[in-house]
Amino acid sequence: MTEQVSQVKQGSVLEAQDPAWASEFEAMLEAYEKAGGKSDVLRSSRVASAVVSASDVLAVNEIEGVTIEAEEIENGVRARITVAPGTKVEHPVHLCFGMTANEGVQVINSHYEIGEGAEVGFLAHCTFPNAVKLKHIMDAEIYIGPGATMRYTEAHYHGPQGGIEVLPTTRAQVDEGGRLETQFDLTKGRVGRMAIDFEADVAAHGVAELVARAYGAGDDDISVNEVVRLNGEGARGLAKTRVAVRDQAKSSITTTAEGNAPRARGHMDCTEIVRGRAEARNIPIVVVRDDRARVTHEAAIGSVGKKELETLMARGLSEEDAVDVIIRGMLRG
Amino acid sequence: MEQILLKVEDLSVQRPGAEVLRGVDMEVGYGEIHALLGLNGSGKTSLALALMGAEGYHPERGRILFDGQDITDLSVTERARIGLTLAWQAPARLEGVPVADYLALGMKEPSRERIEEALKAVALAPQAYLGRAVDQTLSGGERKRIELAAVYAMRPRLAMLDEPDSGVDVLCLEDVIALIRHLANEGTSVLLITHRDEITSVADRASLMCGGAVVDSGPPDAVRDYFARRCRPHGELLGDQPWGEEAGGSYQRVVAEGVCDD
Repeated sequence: MTEQVSQVKQGSVLEAQDPAWASEFEAMLEAYEKAGGKSDVLRSSRVASAVVSASDVLAVNEIEGVTIEAEEIENGVRARITVAPGTKVEHPVHLCFGMTANEGVQVINSHYEIGEGAEVGFLAHCTFPNAVKLKHIMDAEIYIGPGATMRYTEAHYHGPQGGIEVLPTTRAQVDEGGRLETQFDLTKGRVGRMAIDFEADVAAHGVAELVARAYGAGDDDISVNEVVRLNGEGARGLAKTRVAVRDQAKSSITTTAEGNAPRARGHMDCTEIVRGRAEARNIPIVVVRDDRARVTHEAAIGSVGKKELETLMARGLSEEDAVDVIIRGMLRG
Repeated sequence: MEQILLKVEDLSVQRPGAEVLRGVDMEVGYGEIHALLGLNGSGKTSLALALMGAEGYHPERGRILFDGQDITDLSVTERARIGLTLAWQAPARLEGVPVADYLALGMKEPSRERIEEALKAVALAPQAYLGRAVDQTLSGGERKRIELAAVYAMRPRLAMLDEPDSGVDVLCLEDVIALIRHLANEGTSVLLITHRDEITSVADRASLMCGGAVVDSGPPDAVRDYFARRCRPHGELLGDQPWGEEAGGSYQRVVAEGVCDD
């Protein structure tokens, strides 16, 4: 690793040469790897990135066309990320949020503005490897300019204890011809309590595709509430959810798709696998306000399919391993 | 036959509302390709599922011997681990499971080389399929080929192939035949459920099922002849369609559930 972190944000309580900074930074990189990230990227000057631990902005790297303003607030950070109109960002912007402590609160208030015709991906890893009594609150606003595209993937790692609450709230606006694709993954470690609240308004010929995947165990509690309002002609939306719960875990998925304009097309697709004494529910809400719009939904909730199970067992897998392959596959799909 | 790998004795299976297997007796030898013929509903798939140990197909009576071991009460996994496997007629969809992983699951020593060889054996280009998932993005024919490739990769001692020819295009038929021969050449015995003459022609022996029982066993030509001459579908289900000798003696044209003359 020859490249250095290009910039430590002014105003950070830690400095680049400070041993405490280095220690915390390394701890976050290690946690970032646990969440599935590749920490090398966070040291590269060619990739826009930000590393936030608790309320400390440890590092920020900006590249041409991508501005990241981050400031510390009580218990967290306020960040504003702007992608200039027409910018095609080659490598995804990497974001690392988390805490290495086992208790506390982290608040991330973020605002994303993607300029007209720009194209950008984000890869966010939120890592709380030692969580025992933690609360992670995310409050995001997203604006996708006309013809712009934003692909946002967020992966979480919460460690084995399950002592965490994750409360992400997002309000997104997709302008004409814009495209927003989000993917939220919480499939490693325990979930704890998670409540996703996501609303997207989509203008004419815009697209919003929301994917959420989670694997709950123990007494984990998963709640997803997504609303996609297809307000412009030809707007399209997808809310896809894949959840598996076992032990006494619970999941409740509520998705709403509104077809409010001619030729708007919305679809909701929910699969939940239940094992042991877990509980899963799905509530799809279809709202259509234009007679040329169309909204559909599909859901499959219950045990692992017998045929899928026996197919894998006929290859020699134990029942337990076969279930695991099916669940892991579903959460990848 | 002196070397018996699979021996089925008086196997009877009751499903809700019907006795689907009624005292089946059958043998498959080491390295033998054994075709299982019969009209739709005659019990061929039920027999395969019972041999695999699928849920709901545990026999009311009779037993299954595999290499001399009574496996009647073994689980699907246990049977697979001693060398039995099944390629389903309609393969399962496994969302998010990559083809490469699926093929590797059944291999004792997974190797990229064997996985690619298996895909090539069913005429699928490895580079085009290894990263794809075994899900609805594949056509029925592609899933069928991958199912066969998974069985091939596994090197089982007995491969039960339930209609490996259904849902695949005509060009693939030759590949399916080659695959069956290849399995046999590697020492795998094959129990082959089929309706097609071309596929049956690779068999060493055949058995004919009717009404949940094996009614004839012997050389494939003789069994096919017996089938064409003596199996007839229920008239009320078939309507005006030809059958048996009236249809040129080909059982392929007999499509409805049938009965067998004694």
